[in-house]
Amino acid sequence: MATQKYIAFADIPAWLEELSAAQTVYAPRREGKAVVYRPWQKGEQPELVERPTESAKHIVFPRAEELFRFNYQQAPETGGSKKLSLAEPADPAPAVVFAALPCDTRGFLFFDPVYSGSGTNGKFQDIYYLKRRACTTLITRTCRAPLATCFCNWTGGGPANREGADVLSTDVEGGLFLEALTEKGEAVLKSAALSPATEAHISAAQSSRDKAARSMGDAPDLGRTPPALISLFENLDFWREQSAGCLSCGACTYLCPTCYCFNITDESNGISGVRLRSWDACMFALFTLEASGHNPRNGRAARLRNRVGHKFSYYPGLHEGRFSCCGCGRCIKSCPSSIDIRRIVQNALAATEASRG
Amino acid sequence: MAEPTKKSKKAAPKNAVPKSAAPAEQLPAYRPGTPNAYLPMLATVVEVVTETHNIKTFRLVLNDAELMGKFSFRAGQVGQLSMLGVGESTFVINSPPTRKEYLQFSVMRAGENTSALHTLQAGDTIGVRAPLGNSFPYESMQGKDIIFVGGGIGMAPLRTLLLFMLDNRKDYGKISLLYGARSPQDMAFSADLPEWTGRKDLDCVLTIDREAEGWQHKVGLIPNVLLEMAPKPENCVAITCGPPIMIKFTLQALEKLGFKPEQIYTTLERRMKCGVGICGRCNIGEKYVCIDGPVFSLAELKGIPNEL
Repeated sequence: MATQKYIAFADIPAWLEELSAAQTVYAPRREGKAVVYRPWQKGEQPELVERPTESAKHIVFPRAEELFRFNYQQAPETGGSKKLSLAEPADPAPAVVFAALPCDTRGFLFFDPVYSGSGTNGKFQDIYYLKRRACTTLITRTCRAPLATCFCNWTGGGPANREGADVLSTDVEGGLFLEALTEKGEAVLKSAALSPATEAHISAAQSSRDKAARSMGDAPDLGRTPPALISLFENLDFWREQSAGCLSCGACTYLCPTCYCFNITDESNGISGVRLRSWDACMFALFTLEASGHNPRNGRAARLRNRVGHKFSYYPGLHEGRFSCCGCGRCIKSCPSSIDIRRIVQNALAATEASRG
Repeated sequence: MAEPTKKSKKAAPKNAVPKSAAPAEQLPAYRPGTPNAYLPMLATVVEVVTETHNIKTFRLVLNDAELMGKFSFRAGQVGQLSMLGVGESTFVINSPPTRKEYLQFSVMRAGENTSALHTLQAGDTIGVRAPLGNSFPYESMQGKDIIFVGGGIGMAPLRTLLLFMLDNRKDYGKISLLYGARSPQDMAFSADLPEWTGRKDLDCVLTIDREAEGWQHKVGLIPNVLLEMAPKPENCVAITCGPPIMIKFTLQALEKLGFKPEQIYTTLERRMKCGVGICGRCNIGEKYVCIDGPVFSLAELKGIPNEL
């Protein structure tokens, strides 16, 4: 049977200190108005009241990471032409994420098939992502109450969702009930800082999870969304209306736990340098701009259409109907012009429903 | 690495249901020894050919002799050329799979990376990731007549297939080539032209947009010359590539001549980064040009969102 433990809130720093001996521990910390995941520092009590502004995506998929280094050497024997060598980075260090949100943990499941090479039957894989994924332990924390922007249950998740988590922790009186879900989860629960869970903890956790699930309200049926979005593809008036306020700032994509697009760029001092991959966003005009000057997605309407289309039509078409949205609502909460992806999806359904008449 | 990349074709379900994201057994695992998809092979430029004022051809040999010996690809597949410190861009391998002393890429100077590539000289080392992408389905073209319609640098993806077919001449019926450029000076692959126009087993028509002194061949826009040539659609496959406007009118001309969408192939371009279907940049709806393309039939193009 899976290990079940309890820890009092006050003892969390002692546990994290023990874990940080062998790996980097990331925990939510308040920085100004934001709550972000940062390497835990000795004695620190993680922020467990305010909900994290960002997801833990960057711990497995860094904002910028080195793919390899390159070095040119002048080679006199070839008449001054340049010789080149490449060096790959060291393997990533193991990491633990403490108090990830259930929606964010689930977000990695949308990366997984793509980065395992689903597009090429596994022939080409992203080893940087897969190595980090393999050595990162996710300790998820059941949500206590949804925000107005939350809609995880619309897209198959829930406030106590276990998918992708290694440990599910749930608030009970005075502390957290901890439940190992994977081998990695078992490993982090082998700690003297934790005490065995009692029957009272187990039933309190169950009622916390039930209460959280009930708090979500009803989910609309989004089943017809993929064909609806396809049929609206050439309806530019629809997309202009949906994207009217869009500033192309990219906040939605940067905060999204399932947005996985990246750029590849070189930084060089002329002789040596590094090839980096960094987060990129289909909301930016430059994303698809070609050297010829041609841009197949010219305009905010075409770009927002791609973002919504990818999450609610193209991705499901390639991945057994799963929407690539975990319903965390950050794109809604952080959009400077209040664009709401839930509303766009519902408008698309309404527009096609009306035309079906 | 011989097979073109394939993907499991699943039609978008009519009524997709939100499902749990993935069963635990499908979780990815890093398999030690998996090759690094982003790490280029090193190659040496053995020859640079100046084709036109803005097109250069580079002949490359992989530095690792074993890799070069084992290197195999299909006509239509592409490679990513790296100018380390500047960037990486995608070009078709325009030498045919049947001639493997070097890999040939032709590069039109357009942006930063292509400008850097144009500084390469014989002896320089660059990075190559290849072969990538799908290829022309040439097995299905055996026994058929073939009409190639190429415009400008768009001749590059046709060249690999044309030479492959000429090297396997008996497998195909009548082979025709219509190749056009703005002016004689804009015509790439000029070293190939005497052979192409001289071969008895290739019907080669060259055209330029406007009259030019000393020009011995056709004058006229490609789609118009194509209508004059009037290839018969029966048992014929048309393969076209060129600037977007030329492709647009060539496709119209082919359909006017009676070619069905299934008989017409073209290649698409997109800004690409990873080249292996991961970075999310080159999608058109569900299709990723880097892995599902660059080769598409017109029938396939009609089935994807109009976002060219």
